[in-house]
Amino acid sequence: MEHTKKHPGYTTYILVWLALLVFTSITVTIAGIDLGKYTLLIAMFIAAIKSALVINIFMHIKFEEKIFKVFIFLSGMTLLIIFILTFSDFLFR
Amino acid sequence: MANTIAENYLHQSTNKYKGILSWLLTTDHKKIGLLYFVSILFFFLVGAIIGLLMRLELIAPGRTIMGPQTYNTLFTLHGVIMIFLFIVPGLPAIFGNFFLPIQIGARDVAFPRLNLLSWYVYMVGAILALVSLFLPGGPIDTGWTFYIPYSIRTNTNVSLAIFAAFVLGFSSILTGINFITTVHRLRAPGMTFFKMPLFVWATYATAWIQIIATPVIGITILLVIIERAFGVGIFDPALGGDPILYQHLFWIYSHPAVYIMILPAMGVVSEIIPTFSRRTIFGYKAIAMSSLAIAFIGYLVWAHHMFTSGMSDTARWVFSLLTFIVALPSGVKIFNWVATMYKGSIDPQPPFLWVMSFIFLFSIGGLTGLVLGSLATDIHVHDTYFVVAHFHYVMFGGTGTIFFGALHYWFPKMFGKMYNIKLSKIAVALFFIGFNMLYFPKFILGYMGMPRRYYDYLPQFEPLQKVSTVGSWILVGTIFFIVGYFIHALIKGKKATSNPWGGVTLEWHIPSPPIQENFEVIPTITHKPYDFSQLKEMKNE
Repeated sequence: MEHTKKHPGYTTYILVWLALLVFTSITVTIAGIDLGKYTLLIAMFIAAIKSALVINIFMHIKFEEKIFKVFIFLSGMTLLIIFILTFSDFLFR
Repeated sequence: MANTIAENYLHQSTNKYKGILSWLLTTDHKKIGLLYFVSILFFFLVGAIIGLLMRLELIAPGRTIMGPQTYNTLFTLHGVIMIFLFIVPGLPAIFGNFFLPIQIGARDVAFPRLNLLSWYVYMVGAILALVSLFLPGGPIDTGWTFYIPYSIRTNTNVSLAIFAAFVLGFSSILTGINFITTVHRLRAPGMTFFKMPLFVWATYATAWIQIIATPVIGITILLVIIERAFGVGIFDPALGGDPILYQHLFWIYSHPAVYIMILPAMGVVSEIIPTFSRRTIFGYKAIAMSSLAIAFIGYLVWAHHMFTSGMSDTARWVFSLLTFIVALPSGVKIFNWVATMYKGSIDPQPPFLWVMSFIFLFSIGGLTGLVLGSLATDIHVHDTYFVVAHFHYVMFGGTGTIFFGALHYWFPKMFGKMYNIKLSKIAVALFFIGFNMLYFPKFILGYMGMPRRYYDYLPQFEPLQKVSTVGSWILVGTIFFIVGYFIHALIKGKKATSNPWGGVTLEWHIPSPPIQENFEVIPTITHKPYDFSQLKEMKNE
């Protein structure tokens, strides 16, 4: 299959990998601090950034056709809705 | 169209082998569909016999033919086999594999080898499930929902049995990926999305659920196995876990899975009704879009299985409301099917009769679903026979009936043989009678307070339990009768013509049985899928 844009070089991959490591250490550090109800929110936020990096760069979605982006977006939205609905139980129990 | 025996897929090979190896190593989507057919039919018959034994135990109060532990094992096995080995893969893996590529004018699915791999993965999952029955510890007795904390604490072979479900999930995901890619990449020239037959639309929507929902059950199963093996407190409250979280995760998959089961069946109905009404489908786009709508809304209603679990009141009314919304696209389908028949030239051949039976049974199943979706009534009938009756009407009366409907519709195309029409009409009637005798009393029993999964019952339930058991004899007898006349048709059946029902979708344009790679020349699509003005041209072909 032909790709419309060029893939990134090794430098980008290594930078992304280092960024992922940094985010992981932030997650671990924050887990030790008691931030109350914001703990989960921050952990999810960091996880979202990490998965965006993996999906866009490592999985090459950034360089793919639009249809793949639409598919990934819809799947992500479904996941988000599932989270929100689960919290309609957890937060009000 | 004349067709000699040597020139069809049954006698052609995609590899250098002949005989059994040409089947086991085939990459032909039709042969893979038949591999699935044989294995799924086998497990269906096993599941049906287990159901028969359970009903026999319940013919009278107290012990009849088995002890309580055996009964617990049997209802678990019946559920696991029927759900994971029959009804989830059933229609997509058999008829989707066989007809989806043909209906969009393709020579095969996008990834033929991956397709064969999915069958092997399915078989590995099935064998693991079988092995778990015979290892020390004994067969699983948790019910097919594997609810925590019992499934963490029982000593039966839970881990291996649920690992089998994990493996089967991969088969489902691979099939889904294959179908989505096939629909996007391999449509024949002129086959736009809105010229695709509705079975393709339904299978396409199903494939999306298979891909997005199945990983959730995979993760959940792994978490249970980890908890069992290492005592990590994820779900077990005694270890600080949350048992309701398990129910959420389980139903986040298993509710959309209900739509994996029913959507392809609805697709088959949308094929059969126009063919036997000689009339284009009413509301084509509405039906196509309602499949996608069902697939989407199906993700948002899972916690209606959990109204009595102790989750928050907010979640209960939110999920109850969402549940009612899913009735809308289902209603769109039913009304459009009925409208298609209006002023049609109806030819009540067996496939059409199965569909009529489906509409009746599925409507009962669907409407009693609303009783269960309402908070107040659900509290009363939750975990009773009412629920058992409801989901058998939806799943067996819905998908199960259409499994037979699809088989009667496409059998002449798949094997090039015609079955006995008269016998098959009798079979529909017997099936309908047996089905209602078996399951309708359960609505009443459930309303009266008979809990599901109980080995014993109060004496006042005995008459209806007996009716139900007699119904199971009629139903299972009919199923074996059907299998019997199909086997007879395979051996001694008359040769089927290429278009015995007067259908117009692409599979009816090619010989019965089709050749390997389906089309000598890939067709260019000019007509809408249910344009019966093609019939005249087709007769001249």
